[in-house]
Amino acid sequence: MIRARPTARTVTAMPSARLPELTHELVHHTLDNGLRVVIAPDRSVPVVAVAVLYDVGIRSEPEGRTGFAHLFEHLMFQGSATLGKMEHPKYVQSSGGVFNGSTHFDYTDYFEALPANALERGLFLEADRMASPRLTEENLANQIAVVKEEIRVNVMNRPYGGFPWLELPGVMFDTYPNAHNGYGSFVDLEHATIDDAAGFFRRYYAPANAVLGVGGDLDADQAIALVEAQFARVGRRTRPARPDFAEPWPTEERRATTDDRHAPMPAVAVGYRVPDPADLGLDFLATVLLAELLSEGDSARLQQRLVQRDGLVTDISVYIGEFGDPFDERDPSVLTLTAHYPVRESLPAILSAIDDELERIVTDGLRPGELDRVRTRYVASMFRDLDSVLNRTLTFAKFELLFGSAEIALELPDRLGAVTAEDVREAAAALTPHTRTVLELIPGSAE
Amino acid sequence: MSPTRTRADAPPLVVPPLGPVPRPKRLTAAERTLPSGLTVLAVRRRSVPMVELRLRIPFQGSAASHPARAELLADSLLSGTEHRDRTDIAATVQGLGGSLSTSVDADRLLIAGSALAARLPEMLGLLSEVLTGATYPGAEVARDRSRLIERLTMARSQAGTVAHEALATRLFGRHPYALDMPQPDAVASTTAAQVRRLHAARVLPRGATLILVGDIAPQRTLDRAEAALASWAGTANASAAPALPDIESGPLVLVDRPGSVQSAVRIGGPAVGRTHADAPPLSLANLVFGGYFSSRWVENIREDKGYTYSPRSAVEHHVLGSVFTAAADVATEVTAPALLETQYELGRIASLPVSDVEVDAVRQYAIGTLALSVATQSGLASTLSSLAGSGLGLDYLATQPGRLAAVTTDEVSAAAAAYLAPARLVTVIVGDAGQVSGPLAALGSLTTAAPAA
Repeated sequence: MIRARPTARTVTAMPSARLPELTHELVHHTLDNGLRVVIAPDRSVPVVAVAVLYDVGIRSEPEGRTGFAHLFEHLMFQGSATLGKMEHPKYVQSSGGVFNGSTHFDYTDYFEALPANALERGLFLEADRMASPRLTEENLANQIAVVKEEIRVNVMNRPYGGFPWLELPGVMFDTYPNAHNGYGSFVDLEHATIDDAAGFFRRYYAPANAVLGVGGDLDADQAIALVEAQFARVGRRTRPARPDFAEPWPTEERRATTDDRHAPMPAVAVGYRVPDPADLGLDFLATVLLAELLSEGDSARLQQRLVQRDGLVTDISVYIGEFGDPFDERDPSVLTLTAHYPVRESLPAILSAIDDELERIVTDGLRPGELDRVRTRYVASMFRDLDSVLNRTLTFAKFELLFGSAEIALELPDRLGAVTAEDVREAAAALTPHTRTVLELIPGSAE
Repeated sequence: MSPTRTRADAPPLVVPPLGPVPRPKRLTAAERTLPSGLTVLAVRRRSVPMVELRLRIPFQGSAASHPARAELLADSLLSGTEHRDRTDIAATVQGLGGSLSTSVDADRLLIAGSALAARLPEMLGLLSEVLTGATYPGAEVARDRSRLIERLTMARSQAGTVAHEALATRLFGRHPYALDMPQPDAVASTTAAQVRRLHAARVLPRGATLILVGDIAPQRTLDRAEAALASWAGTANASAAPALPDIESGPLVLVDRPGSVQSAVRIGGPAVGRTHADAPPLSLANLVFGGYFSSRWVENIREDKGYTYSPRSAVEHHVLGSVFTAAADVATEVTAPALLETQYELGRIASLPVSDVEVDAVRQYAIGTLALSVATQSGLASTLSSLAGSGLGLDYLATQPGRLAAVTTDEVSAAAAAYLAPARLVTVIVGDAGQVSGPLAALGSLTTAAPAA
């Protein structure tokens, strides 16, 4: 359970800045094979969650194999050392649970939420495929077809599908790991082989390259014993060195366009580099709050200016991280602003209104109370997300993997509490036109 | 072939059995119907220091002008009161650590929100201010009207939206249930005065339900809600929509969407409400067919054939009736084969008995996922709000596992025969007619509807 404990703040004067604190019991354990384990007991609902996060994502897939990290994620559901095809889903669901997996830029996760009586079974299922996924030609061909349908439904047949996460990186970045299309080209997907999959598994799916999160209605000592019983059989392999994906900071504006035949209206994505999230510096945390201040809710700066006052755009949003979670990837990461608007010719006015609003923050600073209410809502939304046993388990495991410590997830309210209005002003000053990338979506005729 | 193997000398592994079924934790709750006719249900769940709020107001309408007015009302409800403008309202909500949003469908207006639990009194105060004093300033409504038209245009460019509307039209004809997403010209001619009149006539407490779930003391929360909402009063004119028409079988309806690389296949038919004796077996029959990943339909057209990414069937409950639906987006070139396999699986489950193993699996899934869905403040609040539409509440949640446990395999087979038989269902497909109409004609008669906007 995440408990509320009012704490006094020294950084802000408003009484409304008193926020509850996040506390949660966390127990750490490491197996001989190198698997790191984070246990988060919470007896308030009779539910458990099991999550395995592997330290490999879109950025690590080989050249000529775009989309491979995601295709491989699908293969992990196709059977394992002990189980045949469809058995993993059936064991989870017939236990009363749900499952899924997802591929991110820097990691891939696999998870189940289950009734508390299925904890050992959930651990078995994850250990069994960590030991050995069942990689067959037939399953590979089938999942290539399924992934192509996933891309068709989410991208090719959908207006604004994959906009801008699939194409903006290709304009912003110069190196293959950061720039390529993470869903993959059909040509690359079709060329994927079983040998590719076996090699990818051996290299990246070592227990020492993973974090196991276990949360919910359990006893920590018993859970550790169950984890040992299930995962100790997975042999130790070398943890692969993580490449440096760094790219130089941009020095000039970049512009590109993309066509979308199903879209009825234009759209734009504006990308700005942000400080390295892993440092969790005040500059990065201030940028997180700046994104909120710019676009979250009708009182946000860009909503007031572009939607309500100028009527230039239908909607506008600002977020950090390719999938909208600022704490989901390592450097390099991006603040993205997207807007849909009815008239293509408005783009210059839209960009200049954005610049104008950023400049206003730089020149005039924040309004009284503005930072407090933005921070209050942001922290409250974190509480809300962490209410789910599954989300909590995934979050703790993710912070352990990407930031080196699950506890940082609990410290975020305090760390965000240290951000001052001056920090936010400096974060706004960093979002300059000459370092941004502008990707314009040109609507096509659906005739 | 398995290029990676476990050690040859390792003992065979067994899937661990399940432990004793966990007992759901008891919920502390309190409910009161206020003199105004508003029912307030407060449930304590202390997992995080937040509170979730759902206010469900009956909002059916039979007039042709209703959907546009209702949609614009929902968009502009939070745009001003006597004391605050749109920005002030949003800033106030933000300062409470909260969110507040509105949505409307053919059955209800829903105001959904959350806040830090300690700030609930202020949130209730703001809610009351909006309910009793929303002003719908002309300039705000005008801007919301333009944006709504733009958003409707964007929504209807989605194959899924076109398919949803086409299926609703096929199922409900000209009934308001097929028309709840307004047309742009109807929105364009809607005025702020009309929206204000709709608010005065329909945004009223009688028959409405307020759900509050979170780190709260239920009884004291009821007192607070009663005090905060004391001035919200009035009785709506009865304005129920007419009964649903009977669904008539007929040819497949094909909606042309040129250039589609996939076809959106949507199938529907009549079902029964949550309290009907057939509802528990039907919910299990739906799962066996296509209601979860481990179902026959998903195994066939995804995991065996690779025709689609995410096929799924469901039983959807509305105030005036329930429907069984099945949805899959399939590659254009396999549209006819995918429909053939779908008809095969529907015909098979309607004609041949389901197995005990299948029923036991879906029973555990249904019971387990019900528990998961109410394991968060927001999940519990949303579930209770949805149940309120059927006149149900916490008691239903507590007793539903027992009903699911009592269903027999024969009852599931009988429900499948009664509700999933292909002869009782209607089909619409949104896709590139030039490519799919020929192959589809081989499977049965079809009619072509007007192309997607």
